[in-house]
Amino acid sequence: MLYREAGQFKATYAADQQIFPIRQDRIGIQLLLALAFVAVPLFASEYWLKAIMVPFLVFSLAALGLNILTGYAGQLSLGSAAFMAVGAFASYNFMLRVDGMPLLVAFALGGLAAALVGIVFGLPSLRIKGFYLAVATLAAQFFIVWLLTKVSWFSNDSSSGVITAQAMVILGYEFASPQAKYLLVLGLVATMALMAKNMVRSSVGRAWMAVRDMDVAAEVIGIRIMHTKLLAFAVSSFYCGVAGALYAFAYLGTVEPEGFNLDLSFKILFMIIIGGVGSISGAFLGSAFIVLLPIFLDVLVQDVFAGLLSPTIASNMQLMVFGGLIIFFLIVEPHGLARLWQIAKEKLRLWPFPH
Amino acid sequence: MNGRQIGDVILDLQNISLRFGGVKALTNISFDVREHEIRAIIGPNGAGKSSMLNVINGVYHPQEGRIVFHGEERRRMEPHMAAMQGIARTFQNIALFKGMSVLDNIMTGRITKMKSNFIEQAIHIGRAQREELEHRKKVEEVIDFLEIQHIRKTPVGRLPYGLQKRVELARALAAEPSMLLLDEPMAGMNVEEKQDMCRFILDVNDQLGTTIVLIEHDMGVVMDISDRVVVLDYGKKIGDGTPDDVRNNEEVISAYLGVAH
Repeated sequence: MLYREAGQFKATYAADQQIFPIRQDRIGIQLLLALAFVAVPLFASEYWLKAIMVPFLVFSLAALGLNILTGYAGQLSLGSAAFMAVGAFASYNFMLRVDGMPLLVAFALGGLAAALVGIVFGLPSLRIKGFYLAVATLAAQFFIVWLLTKVSWFSNDSSSGVITAQAMVILGYEFASPQAKYLLVLGLVATMALMAKNMVRSSVGRAWMAVRDMDVAAEVIGIRIMHTKLLAFAVSSFYCGVAGALYAFAYLGTVEPEGFNLDLSFKILFMIIIGGVGSISGAFLGSAFIVLLPIFLDVLVQDVFAGLLSPTIASNMQLMVFGGLIIFFLIVEPHGLARLWQIAKEKLRLWPFPH
Repeated sequence: MNGRQIGDVILDLQNISLRFGGVKALTNISFDVREHEIRAIIGPNGAGKSSMLNVINGVYHPQEGRIVFHGEERRRMEPHMAAMQGIARTFQNIALFKGMSVLDNIMTGRITKMKSNFIEQAIHIGRAQREELEHRKKVEEVIDFLEIQHIRKTPVGRLPYGLQKRVELARALAAEPSMLLLDEPMAGMNVEEKQDMCRFILDVNDQLGTTIVLIEHDMGVVMDISDRVVVLDYGKKIGDGTPDDVRNNEEVISAYLGVAH
């Protein structure tokens, strides 16, 4: 009953084209942001901030990047973790080798390095599509991890390729406490999510979707296919690169190239499939699902079924339930959680008189 | 229809030949298109009509022949450059962007006129935002023109066939083309839908002054609305002239319109 757009008339195109045209949505997102920026750092425990909220946001950002490439521009990629690795190692090296390098600039440069690498590995997309392209991006995944392990310069000659991220200092303030780290990550992720939303609702986003849906027609309309696809690779890799830098600096602190393996790429791909391909909120929902569900199951199995099952069965049980739930969600709504949410909103608009 | 004045030749195709390996799709075809006219291309299936349109907007590159557009001879050209020069088209099998709304589809049609880059669009203040609103206004004019206000927010995949065809026309018109290529705009429509489409095509031609090149199988429609007709058969031109000329041309009758046996 509360979710109604009746009476909200729009007199200008600007009002009609805003991100949340319905007032209830605007209030909802403001509440969500207030919750995330104020309530969570005030009330969440250290464990929650460090082990749940920060990885959730970092993975959301990576999923957002992949969603730009796969969901909006239609180019399947299995190299997201590799682009994260480029971002992490590039930021680390910029901080290490350039005196007085500001942290945020290092993150941005890390993202740009990832974008350049993304463009190079996006070149095959000009000739091949779909699953074949996915296999071509596997090359990026294996090559980059191999290169970062093999060439010790990238890890400042550490024996096993492990890097320890520098402390995060901006304008003399050190982001050391979990709250500070969380707020820094949240600020960056929120800003970049807004920018992604702006891109996909502007002509660059429409060009991506046009290439995804019907590339011949897109070309005839005047879209330069090559330029559009490579831009999608660049922007996507930039997002993944910044996510990788945050993964190293704000979440783990110490990372090795192997940490960015194919498993992580698949994890990010699952996030956008479950969350919703071609949706900004889907990246967040998918990330929440993949990050939170195992923790929830862990707690459930340990606390509720602790006495009933042996530990080995319990941990396998957890994987089985996780897999089962993924399959269940995909059968119920192949377009992901974001689509479920959208359907719920559409139903709510008509409730209680659906006809 | 009396308001418009047919002008000079704006597109001149001379001795166009197009081959795919050993298959000759078009052989030595010449014809021209004058400004503001409605020029129909007819012919049996496989005659090379769609190939002809693809040559005009740069999807195919003929091995032989000259194409002169607006007095300039055209070298090898990519489709997006044809779009820049003001050639828009619709497709035989609807080629809308299925995942997008009607409004977004039509907005995409204006993409060559957008100047802001992706960074400005990401920040979305200043020029990018202004542009978005200006183009929305233009797009709304097209929406009004084609009477599709009620479906502007609907995803195109949910629309019935006839409306999808109309949205595709809207997307082409949004680019404000000087020449519009229509590939079977009325295929698979019922009588009312065909009448609507005819009315829109004539309105576009009459009110916007757009030159139209159209492929159509419905002879009634072709003879009614076109100024001149070119007839293709097996990749060769077998007739060219006003609808009346073509109707009385022996070769055309035996190849296409049908003869009594």
